[in-house]
Amino acid sequence: MSIGPGEAFSLMLRRELALSFRRRDQLLQPLVFFLIVTTLFPLSLSVQLSLLREMAPGVLWVAALLASLLSLDALFKNDAEDGTLEQLALSGQGLTVLVMAKTLAHWLVSGAALVLVSPVVAEALAVPTEAFPVMMLSLALGTLTLSWLGAIGAGLTVGLKRGNVLLSLVVLPLAMPLLIFGAAATDRAISGTNPAGALYLLGALCVLTWTLAPFAVSAALRITLE
Amino acid sequence: MWTWFYRLASPPNVYRVTGSLAPWFLTLAALAIGYGTIAGLVFAPPDYQQGDAFRIIYVHAPSAWLSLMSYTTMAVAGAIGLIWRIKVAHAVSAAVAPIGASFTLLALVTGSLWGRPMWGTYWAWDPRLTSELILLFLYFGVMSLRPAFEDPGRGDRAAALLGIVGVINVPIIHYSVLWWNSLHQGATVAKLGKPAIDSSMLWPLLSNFLGFMLFFGAVLCLRLRGEVLNRERQATWVREALKP
Repeated sequence: MSIGPGEAFSLMLRRELALSFRRRDQLLQPLVFFLIVTTLFPLSLSVQLSLLREMAPGVLWVAALLASLLSLDALFKNDAEDGTLEQLALSGQGLTVLVMAKTLAHWLVSGAALVLVSPVVAEALAVPTEAFPVMMLSLALGTLTLSWLGAIGAGLTVGLKRGNVLLSLVVLPLAMPLLIFGAAATDRAISGTNPAGALYLLGALCVLTWTLAPFAVSAALRITLE
Repeated sequence: MWTWFYRLASPPNVYRVTGSLAPWFLTLAALAIGYGTIAGLVFAPPDYQQGDAFRIIYVHAPSAWLSLMSYTTMAVAGAIGLIWRIKVAHAVSAAVAPIGASFTLLALVTGSLWGRPMWGTYWAWDPRLTSELILLFLYFGVMSLRPAFEDPGRGDRAAALLGIVGVINVPIIHYSVLWWNSLHQGATVAKLGKPAIDSSMLWPLLSNFLGFMLFFGAVLCLRLRGEVLNRERQATWVREALKP
């Protein structure tokens, strides 16, 4: 029995989502981490609302970056340990398609959740409500891209015993342009100027990673599985 | 044609060829850098605005250029190693990484030394400087990924893939000057038409560019020899080549 790539994609997506919702603690951890990290900044810097508003884009984006990175470590780990990954690679389905489903599922349970929580944090950081749509859009585009960058790093380090620090070392430099554009878009929205340029660049990076990164991730996984 | 290529890329041959190339590269590099540096530091007139401080360009610009060139070399060599499974290509990639990281560091240090009298600060969060710093981090990533694998072959391929992914950053660095308005001055030499630099300042700079590239070639040859010897340490040709 053979199934097409579309069906393989949806099966894989459903499997990943089902697995994620069975491990609710792992689902919540990055979100709680996001909340805790953003709380650190007012505690350590200042509770002055004007100052917080100025720092908010940076705080939100750095926290989002670190939170996604935290959840990425597990992206391929369980599947690699119990041999599922090998079976997927041998299944005859394109690994690229399966990897796309896995990463999309990962984004849905980590990145999208983070985007939904972000208004709460933004409110606490005195971000004006008018800026919320742009902030959420930029975070959505950013975390979508980040999931792919992280997937490359996770694919490269999945076979290593102490891959966690290495993952950050590999992924964070790649994610820096993202941080620049994302924080710029949010910053413009807060100050009331036109954020379109930064959003376009974020969108471009998002499209770029969605088209190229699946190949890089499947190549990385094949290197690890060899 | 391919057999010829594979023979050229065989480790003993690479070891031999790089050994005979290195002295040439070194001599020519010494000549070019010697002329460029003396002419640039002594004979070139001081800049009407920056005074003598501009002279750091003779080290800064070539190292910045080489920091990018090394990264591209590393990624291209890695890609060749991945696609055609040529072992020596991975050795080139491994040998280039520390050289590139050193040039990146040199560009950052000379840049910040220049920034102190010019901008009034050693470090400004200028996009060009920041991208150069990101480039340094990218080098660190590749350099720490390779030895993390117990199997050297897998480490090579993983580092090669990461290098290819990171190459996307190289154009971002290049175009960051155009994308963001920045403190960093725009391109001086690579503009089409008449360069915005006087020829008495330009020739030493070009000479240093050439000299730095030759020096890069020389160091690459020497490092590649070491890398090949280390990787082939079980082979009989190594024992013969190293016979006293």
